[in-house]
Amino acid sequence: MESAAVPPLSSVAICGGTHGNELTGVYIVKEMQKQKTDKVGSVSITTVVTNPRALDAGTRYTEMDLNRCFTDVLLSSPVTESSPYELRRAQELNAQLGPKGSAEAVDLLIDLHNTTANMGLCLIFYSIDWITLHIYKHIQNKMSSVPVRAIQLDIPISDAYSLESVGKHGFAIEVGPQPNGVLRADIFNMVKEAVDLTLAWLQEFNSGRSYEGGTVEAYTLVRSVDYPRDSAGKITAAIHQDLQDNDFKLLRSGDPIFQKFSGETLKYDGEDLYPFFVNECAYYEKKIAFHLAQRKTFSFPSICVKKD
Amino acid sequence: MSSGGNNNTKAAARVDAARRVAIFGGTHGNEMSGVTLVNLWVQNGAEIQRKGVEIKPFIANPKAVEKCVRYVDTDLNRAFTQENLSATGDDELPYEVQRAQEINRMFGPKGSAGAYDVIFDLHNTTSNMGCTLILESSKDAFNLQMMNYIKKAFAPASCLVLLNEHPLLKYSTSRSVAKHPVGLEVGPQPQGVLRSNIFEAMRVILKHALDFIELFNEGMEFPACTVEVFWVLERMDYPRDANGNIIAMVHPNLQDCDWEPLNPGDPMFQTFDGKSIHYQGSSTVYPTFINEAAYYEKQQAFVTTRRETLVASAVRKA
Repeated sequence: MESAAVPPLSSVAICGGTHGNELTGVYIVKEMQKQKTDKVGSVSITTVVTNPRALDAGTRYTEMDLNRCFTDVLLSSPVTESSPYELRRAQELNAQLGPKGSAEAVDLLIDLHNTTANMGLCLIFYSIDWITLHIYKHIQNKMSSVPVRAIQLDIPISDAYSLESVGKHGFAIEVGPQPNGVLRADIFNMVKEAVDLTLAWLQEFNSGRSYEGGTVEAYTLVRSVDYPRDSAGKITAAIHQDLQDNDFKLLRSGDPIFQKFSGETLKYDGEDLYPFFVNECAYYEKKIAFHLAQRKTFSFPSICVKKD
Repeated sequence: MSSGGNNNTKAAARVDAARRVAIFGGTHGNEMSGVTLVNLWVQNGAEIQRKGVEIKPFIANPKAVEKCVRYVDTDLNRAFTQENLSATGDDELPYEVQRAQEINRMFGPKGSAGAYDVIFDLHNTTSNMGCTLILESSKDAFNLQMMNYIKKAFAPASCLVLLNEHPLLKYSTSRSVAKHPVGLEVGPQPQGVLRSNIFEAMRVILKHALDFIELFNEGMEFPACTVEVFWVLERMDYPRDANGNIIAMVHPNLQDCDWEPLNPGDPMFQTFDGKSIHYQGSSTVYPTFINEAAYYEKQQAFVTTRRETLVASAVRKA
């Protein structure tokens, strides 16, 4: 693959608290604000607690999920004082860190999340972007304390609904397992390390260092599976013990996936796929017990900063 | 006159048979094992039937369960104070205070002869506590014997006993309405999440508890025994700044180490900039409820306990 030259990334936004009960990002951002970290070498840093109302309430959101509000349609829809808080907040954040798709948007937007699923550390992104893949590779090489994986959402940017799509480049860092409302030191330390590695990479990149290309594996979402439910919509089974905590372990036809409260085991029937977001708390209401993904290999070229 | 003789010749304490038992789920609406088990048993109670006893499964805080939150206005599991139970004001009272009064009418009155014999209150925690039975009185021989029975039946799996009999830290639980309150606390499980292993463990513990009641009611005598308990000592808060914000997290060395000894000098908290704060107590303690989500607002990072062996007298149905 031919080497790529990319303009320097001089503005980064680090966001936490997009879901008010996912605490790692909140405290990473607050600590950066306390240390007045607004510049690291050539990189200027904006830190934002994105959903302060949900944070105060200790909930994921107050009226609607903020991290579903960033589609082009929702960002341009007319809002009034009586529109849902998160919709108005999304447009505020878009004005501050975007606008999405424009030349003024931050070069890189990193949104920090937690999950109750046993996913280790994941980078989640939309487009196959050389910068993001290089950063992913870098973090994966340097971090040994936790599995580092990538999840690609194959959705056009206009339909991309989450905050990181506002930046010219962006990804979410999703780390688990951590319960809502709990702050684990080991998880905090991991996320801090990943953020520090990213900022260090950007500095090196901006100062002219070139990075060799290669390949990485990433998981791309295929479909989701809901819990079995009764006629009233109540779940009738729990994730089976064999699947619980086994995110990214290949699922094959015949493998147990649910344990009904009556004792019966329900088995998976379908093509070999990788489960993730297994038993994520916030997804019960979205009718998702787990997602299923294919694993793909992506090639990316050597990269260096484009000199004017 | 012959002296000595062994303890077995001492008459067993006579305790009334347990004829009315309740199983509370959803005292906290987002602790899913209890909510799920009680809903199951309300629909089909075959599994919890036992001879000679009426067993009522009951959702304690339905509004909180509906919203999948711990509580709506105030923590139901702190609401059963005498002041709340006798408060007037009906609809103006916080929801959980009204609910506490209703529960007291249905299953109490607390402290009276007409109260339910036993209430099992099903809880989950985000702490790595495993299976825990919570006792409120070191002198309740019936409860101690039940816990001894459960521990032996559950073995080799572990089921520990936490004794919360502390003049300041003891709180007015929903189960305290009954003559014999029994807390079941199983973790770790995130709020709002149902884990199969946690659900099944709670189900098995309850099965053993109900078996004990059935045997007891049939007249079986349970000989004197000892029960190891972890007796609550003190509540340890997070270090905080002048505005009340936490400035440190439970240290990675302490996280998930419920019931393991914490020695003077051991790491306890880690600040956000990476420094360790160490335990300054004068002797070894056994921490539990380490990093429970619901306790940040109650100013509790963990609670310390001391290990003690209680002696339970022999018991037999009166």
